[in-house]
Amino acid sequence: MILIVAEHNNTVLNNATLHVIEAAKKLQLPIHVLVAGSKCTDVVSAAQECAGVRKVLIADNDAYAHQLAENVAKLIYQLSTEYSYILAPATCFGKDILPRVAALLDVEQISDITDIINQQTFVRPIYAGNAYATVTTSLSKNVITVRATSFPLCGSQDKCDTQAIDINIPASNTEFISINSTDTGKLPDLNSAKIVVAGGRGISSKDKFTLIQQLAEQLHAAIGASRAAVDAGFVPNDLQIGQTGKVVAPDLYIAIGISGAIQHIAGMKDSKVIVAINRDPDAPIFDIADYGLVADLFDAVPELIASLSKAERLISSE
Amino acid sequence: MRCLVAVKQVIDPYVHIRINKEQTAVIQENVKMAMNPFDEIAMEAALQFKEQGIISEVIAVSIGAPGVQETLRQALARGADKAIMVMSEKSYNPLSIAKVLAKISKQQEVDLVLMGKQAIDNDCNQTGQMLAALLDWPQATFVSKLQLESTSLIATREVDGGLETLKCKIPAVVTTDLRLNEPRVISLPNIMQAKKKPLTEISIEDMGLELNNQIATTTIQPPPKRKAGVKLNSVTELVDKLRNEAKII
Ligand SMILES: Cc1cc2nc3c(=O)[nH]c(=O)nc-3n(C[C@H](O)[C@H](O)[C@H](O)COP(=O)(O)OP(=O)(O)OC[C@H]3O[C@@H](n4cnc5c(N)ncnc54)[C@H](O)[C@@H]3O)c2cc1C
Repeated sequence: MILIVAEHNNTVLNNATLHVIEAAKKLQLPIHVLVAGSKCTDVVSAAQECAGVRKVLIADNDAYAHQLAENVAKLIYQLSTEYSYILAPATCFGKDILPRVAALLDVEQISDITDIINQQTFVRPIYAGNAYATVTTSLSKNVITVRATSFPLCGSQDKCDTQAIDINIPASNTEFISINSTDTGKLPDLNSAKIVVAGGRGISSKDKFTLIQQLAEQLHAAIGASRAAVDAGFVPNDLQIGQTGKVVAPDLYIAIGISGAIQHIAGMKDSKVIVAINRDPDAPIFDIADYGLVADLFDAVPELIASLSKAERLISSE
Repeated sequence: MRCLVAVKQVIDPYVHIRINKEQTAVIQENVKMAMNPFDEIAMEAALQFKEQGIISEVIAVSIGAPGVQETLRQALARGADKAIMVMSEKSYNPLSIAKVLAKISKQQEVDLVLMGKQAIDNDCNQTGQMLAALLDWPQATFVSKLQLESTSLIATREVDGGLETLKCKIPAVVTTDLRLNEPRVISLPNIMQAKKKPLTEISIEDMGLELNNQIATTTIQPPPKRKAGVKLNSVTELVDKLRNEAKII
């Protein structure tokens, strides 16, 4: 059987989990989802409705309120006996917890898989996606994190059964202090947005990043950034895309003032359509862009915003 | 407080990797190597705490073929007090590395292990978390801000939703993210001085651990190539293409 660890904030089930559920179907084994949290009934309901899920295990306890790795890993370890696969999304959440589970079980972990060939064989990117390794396991217990963007979302079903879990874990040595969340306002979430508008060092200042904001609003897109833009303080850290940031694969990715370093490309090269706006005709980003525009962004972006809003006015006056 | 910093030698992040003909490995011979960038940051953090008088001794450790000695010499040149080189011709997966680090952490009686959140070659992002589990210590991963006190640490972590702050009792394992600090530049006198610092060698077979890889890499292939696109001449053309060709806006 398969156990999938749900990512959530006690209120909303993160979409990444829905991609993992869809991926798990390739293993052709019954799927259970674990919701470990505190006062997380909405999350449980959402998980029950994910197509393919046989049962939702509920560990509702203050100890899991902030999903501290120490606590959740101990819980999963105790639940693990009947499962041959333990899966979680390869997000900060899954990356934090699952290796800890693997070590408790004394098994290796397969990180960030992008394909499932069969029950023993998986594909995963290495070297910032510059190579793909096919790995095989002979383990009877497999601990795996899944790259959400490589698998579709699961559909919905009538609610499946639940089971309350009552496991006491020892007091933890970690205390949650606070979370400082970035407010995306009315813009969609970076992980699930259909369009991403990303800005790099070329934007040159935090103030000028409002250009990216305006274009994103126009397209109802999420905002992303290169590491250089985050390091310079133009935007918060959770907007970083790349090898060491988020991996996204929207229908449209617009890279503005981004050179296209391999570490950045690692996080966006699976986007359906890539647009690059850069004044340097030799910038490596053009090697992977479907549509490239060699231009000064301070001319091109305002023009793009104007032309999109003009089109909008035309449509609404029709 | 004694601190262990795990450093890994990897192919330089700005080198374009090549895959061998048999498609079984990434070519390592005659390629520029470097200390994993995340480990440089872990080392820098340890050194800063030492300069503040919070950490008394910084021990660098690396596991690998004899070539990793170079990376350890670099760690010593940065300011580590001593180095331990665990020699291994065979390349081990993260769980085995974590077991070696757990053993050394106990032998050296360290209170804190600092290491990079991931190595930029296999991108596994596992070893620190596994080490914390093996030692039954708390963990703070992907850390971009760190405050050390005598019995605890306060760490700010870069997570998907923003910044999370945790308090962990010491001993603990901390894995570092890129924005924790700017690693220092090594000066020539420091390189000379580092030659006199102690570097102990031990063979992995002599660690008294049973290590084996449970997961095998069978093939390594290049990523699917995106086909080259077109360069456009104007914003008008771009809007037209997106609307009428890609049909995406
Ligand atoms: C271990 C490691 C991990 C890393 N992880 C990541 C990661 O996850 N994500 C990431 O993004 N990077 C990562 N990096 C950094 C990466 O190597 C690059 O340094 C970074 O992506 C560069 O960001 P940039 O393209 O915004 O800046 P630059 O490379 O400086 O490019 C700026 C671009 O803007 C263009 N430009 C400037 N002004 C204008 C203008 N007026 N109009 C049009 N174009 C203009 C320039 O031509 C240039 O191409 C990592 C590096 C290391 C070593």
